[in-house]
Amino acid sequence: MGSGRLYAAVAAGGFRRYATYRAATLAGVFTNTVFGVILAYTYIALWDERPHLGGYDQSDALTYVWLGQALLTTMCVMGTGFEEELIERIRTGDIAIDLYRPADLQLWWLAQDLGRALFQLLGRGLIPFAIGAWLFDLTLPASPLAWLAFLVAVTLGILVSYSFRFLVALAAFWLMDGAGITQMTWLAGVFCSGMVLPLNVFPGLLGEIVRALPWAALIQAPADVLLGRVDPLGTFAFQAGWAVALLGAGRLLQAVATRRVVVQGG
Amino acid sequence: MGVGVGGAVKTGVRGERWTGAEWDDGPLGRRERVRDGVRAYRMIAAMWIRSTMAYRASFAMTTIGNFVATGLDFLAIVLMFSRIDRLGGYSLPEIAFLYGLSAVAFGIADLVVGSMDRLGRRVRDGTLDTLLVRPAPVLAQVAADRFALRRLGRITQGLMVLGYALTALDDVHWTVLKVLLMPVMVVSGGAIFCAVFVGGAAFQFVARDASEVQNAFTYGGATLLQYPPGLFAQDLVRGVTFLFPLAFVNWLPALYVLGRPYPLDLPEWVAFLPPLVALGCCALAGLAWRAGLRSYRSTGS
Repeated sequence: MGSGRLYAAVAAGGFRRYATYRAATLAGVFTNTVFGVILAYTYIALWDERPHLGGYDQSDALTYVWLGQALLTTMCVMGTGFEEELIERIRTGDIAIDLYRPADLQLWWLAQDLGRALFQLLGRGLIPFAIGAWLFDLTLPASPLAWLAFLVAVTLGILVSYSFRFLVALAAFWLMDGAGITQMTWLAGVFCSGMVLPLNVFPGLLGEIVRALPWAALIQAPADVLLGRVDPLGTFAFQAGWAVALLGAGRLLQAVATRRVVVQGG
Repeated sequence: MGVGVGGAVKTGVRGERWTGAEWDDGPLGRRERVRDGVRAYRMIAAMWIRSTMAYRASFAMTTIGNFVATGLDFLAIVLMFSRIDRLGGYSLPEIAFLYGLSAVAFGIADLVVGSMDRLGRRVRDGTLDTLLVRPAPVLAQVAADRFALRRLGRITQGLMVLGYALTALDDVHWTVLKVLLMPVMVVSGGAIFCAVFVGGAAFQFVARDASEVQNAFTYGGATLLQYPPGLFAQDLVRGVTFLFPLAFVNWLPALYVLGRPYPLDLPEWVAFLPPLVALGCCALAGLAWRAGLRSYRSTGS
């Protein structure tokens, strides 16, 4: 299986690429921890006022805070993953070189992004989460099965995140300048993924809408699986549904976009 | 380019050449150097404004984006208050007051010296060397680099929240002193955050690719100050009062305006300390910057 080995190598490259910057990783761990502490205290005040808000007790809410910090870069909620590089390659025309490589564009970047996500989960996720668990009273399941289900939900979340960012990057074929769309993605990601407030706390219709959007697959879904708040299979189906839909759209857009490429030569 | 600052030959604005020790209190006096810095800053900032204005639609979009992006955390607070009446004993207008002051103070610093966090990248890719040979203070050049007027979006958003807070606060007993304290708060708060940016940049001379540590103190600090101090552990409050005096940006003066008790049983007059604290912070940040610049050895690339 030659192409399988190729993508494994690309994924390993993605992992190593981020693992190189050790000081940056440590700095990120520090920042995630500081934000985790600040958010945790505001959530304590909020759940003091309204115990069982959104179906969470205070300990669930605190677990949610630290999961959010652990998954923030893993899920690229605020962007700055491969998409910026891909947009740049589209803008400069280097994309033409990528297209006649014997590798599929979507799979290539997917492999790279999986490597990146794995490193971010281990490098920038684990330590802040451990510090959070040490400082605050978190709800952590004892059953290994619950953790396994959590890892499945995280993997599906990464897929959704990737497939959405791939679509955003391809939009550069039409927009040329990626600044506007990456900013919109950033805004939607932060707000609709539940980074600022758990999605189950959002009131009324707004809550129903954000919980149905793909961003709910990034943080809310893995958190609810770990906290045992939802049926894991239903959540997996929700995440996988979005992943398939967005990956399919990406495939379609890739086909249309590559027909648009005009190599200017020179 | 393998020279550090100590060995570099500099040329003053008026064409004099000055080296080494003269750089500190050289032929141009301290006051003239500050004036040079401000002038260089103004020129570079104006250049970036002109370049941004070449693409007006893009400028408008990014400014609106900046406005919306910074508004999201206030939207989260409003969403919280759709479920509760008070947070840590504070009403929405009171929290909006803290939020607005923190956002405006931070927004001013972000506008003026927000580009400083790129210093680590400059050290790594060697572009700092170019700035060292130009006849203008390096601090002014780094601070004004990529001056982004779109950052007015954050200030505007903070001012709007502050405006809402001022109209909605109904049990504040306003005095002349309290009204006068408000602009002082915003300016001193901005200066304290500027010092954090400059100090953070100085740290990047040592820790080249650890620029994100700075975010913990800048963005993290601004977020912390949006909530009442009573929410946080006493040690944390102690830390940001005595060690890393962010509490003087808004907490201590704002609690005086709101007529709320101070954290840590501090006396009432601490509400009037922000200008002094800001001066102290800026002096320390300046020293840190100098030490950082002096320790700089080019990567040679």
